[in-house]
Amino acid sequence: MFNFFLLILIYTGIYALMALGQNLITGYTGMLSLCQAGFFAIGSYATAILTTRYGWSFWGTLPVAALLSALFGVLIGLPTLRLKGDYLAIATLGFGEIVRNVLNNWDSLTGGPMGIQRIPMVTIFGFTINPYKKVAFLIMVIIFVLVTYYLFERLGRSRMGRALQAIRDDEIAADAMGINITKYKVWAFAIGASVAGIAGSLQTVYSLSVTPGSYTFMVSVLVLCMVVLGGMGNFAAVILGAFIIQLISYFPQLVGLSGVIPPQFKQILFGAILVVMMIWRPQGIIGVRSYMVGRKNSKKVEVSNELA
Amino acid sequence: MKPLLNIEDISVNYGAIKALKNVSMSVNKGHIVSLIGANGAGKSTLLKAIVGLEPLIGGSITYGDITLATDNIRKSIRTENIAKLGISLVPEGRHVFTDMSVEENLDMGAFLVRDDALIKRKKEEMYDFFPILGERRRQKTRSLSGGEQQMMAIARALMSSPKLLLLDEPGLGLAPLIVQDIFEKIAYINKTENITVFLVEQNAKMALKASTEGYVMENGRIVLSGSSEKLLKSKEVQEAYLGA
Repeated sequence: MFNFFLLILIYTGIYALMALGQNLITGYTGMLSLCQAGFFAIGSYATAILTTRYGWSFWGTLPVAALLSALFGVLIGLPTLRLKGDYLAIATLGFGEIVRNVLNNWDSLTGGPMGIQRIPMVTIFGFTINPYKKVAFLIMVIIFVLVTYYLFERLGRSRMGRALQAIRDDEIAADAMGINITKYKVWAFAIGASVAGIAGSLQTVYSLSVTPGSYTFMVSVLVLCMVVLGGMGNFAAVILGAFIIQLISYFPQLVGLSGVIPPQFKQILFGAILVVMMIWRPQGIIGVRSYMVGRKNSKKVEVSNELA
Repeated sequence: MKPLLNIEDISVNYGAIKALKNVSMSVNKGHIVSLIGANGAGKSTLLKAIVGLEPLIGGSITYGDITLATDNIRKSIRTENIAKLGISLVPEGRHVFTDMSVEENLDMGAFLVRDDALIKRKKEEMYDFFPILGERRRQKTRSLSGGEQQMMAIARALMSSPKLLLLDEPGLGLAPLIVQDIFEKIAYINKTENITVFLVEQNAKMALKASTEGYVMENGRIVLSGSSEKLLKSKEVQEAYLGA
């Protein structure tokens, strides 16, 4: 039972990394991207292939996973980031599916549908982080999340963070302020992709095997749900969102009702939660604090426009 | 004297529709020049062409010695680089960053300025100039009235200490008294800061009163031009735009 709770926390951490990246892309910059699963898979397979075939250590594969995901982020970003809203969502959705199909069919490199097994455990200073003894692994994941959170918070407050928010708010005005929109969008996309890649590496050394079936479109949707549920544009909130979504995912097993509640039930629950959230708290559980102030006052704006 | 902004024989198409047909005009340094005309005459298109948001199919736009736009898109300057040249645009419909406070909006206006002390000084200047913005500096922009948002958009454009200020319909949807106030401020900025102003406006009377020279646009062509005083008195303008 306690072990099971640790498992939920570990998955919360891995997904929180992806959600932090998604928040930079969607919450901060306003791009509706649906391919975190694709970058997650690229990071996972980078670590899996390099450790099993070439005997690299996990730590050596981490920067490769991050950079490779970022590179694909740039490659997909450059042609598609001109697209807006739904069109970008469709293009990125396509990319995520392409990644999964390539992994499924490139047998010689990825092992096809069977995937890659017997991935070595992480070692650090001669100490093995065994995923079956969850505490050490959890601590490692928490460190990753905290470092990423800290860096993203700083990024959000930096000149680049302000530029991203300006782009989200109004592209024409951002252009007129001298902000290079394409450059910043591609950067946001690449950084968001690279943390998903790192999350993939962690996933690999946690499950010690990879199969294409773990990187479906549903993963991207789940990550987006975490961001929406926690609160777009708020990095702490999306970590909370990741925890809640994971808790719901494993709730039947956690309370020992997995025999009674079918696994499909959680998808019904996600749907219901999203509908309820959109109606009562579209800004997310935490959200950006000022949102309600803005909403109350937007009535005032209308009134004063009428007067004017 | 060589004009600061020179537009020579430019044409812009929207698909098969000719939005601008061989338009030429010039804006002299230190002047306020207005471009008036009815809805759909092509005024906003002209501004978009200047800042690189609409490609030219003929002619050229120069700013001092720099070519801003030609029919060759590669030799034209991209929108994000316009601000570096000292040109500030106040887009039509204000385009404020609604999720940011007044102060953050002004900070964004100084995005290319790397000198924090200068940014601070500029902000204080703007709060002196538009006291209402000073009072609301911590307030989200979405909670401001239309007139306040317009003032903020102008203040934001001034944060980068531009040489040329482009204003697209600053009076749109605002009460006459507020429009008058805004135009007086524009005239004041022009005088005290020596900023050249190019003003695009439907409200012909206000625009001509505030400006030194004017151009009248109809169906993508310049049909009249001259000193604003003369235009205000001319029969054509009075009949078509002033309802006399």
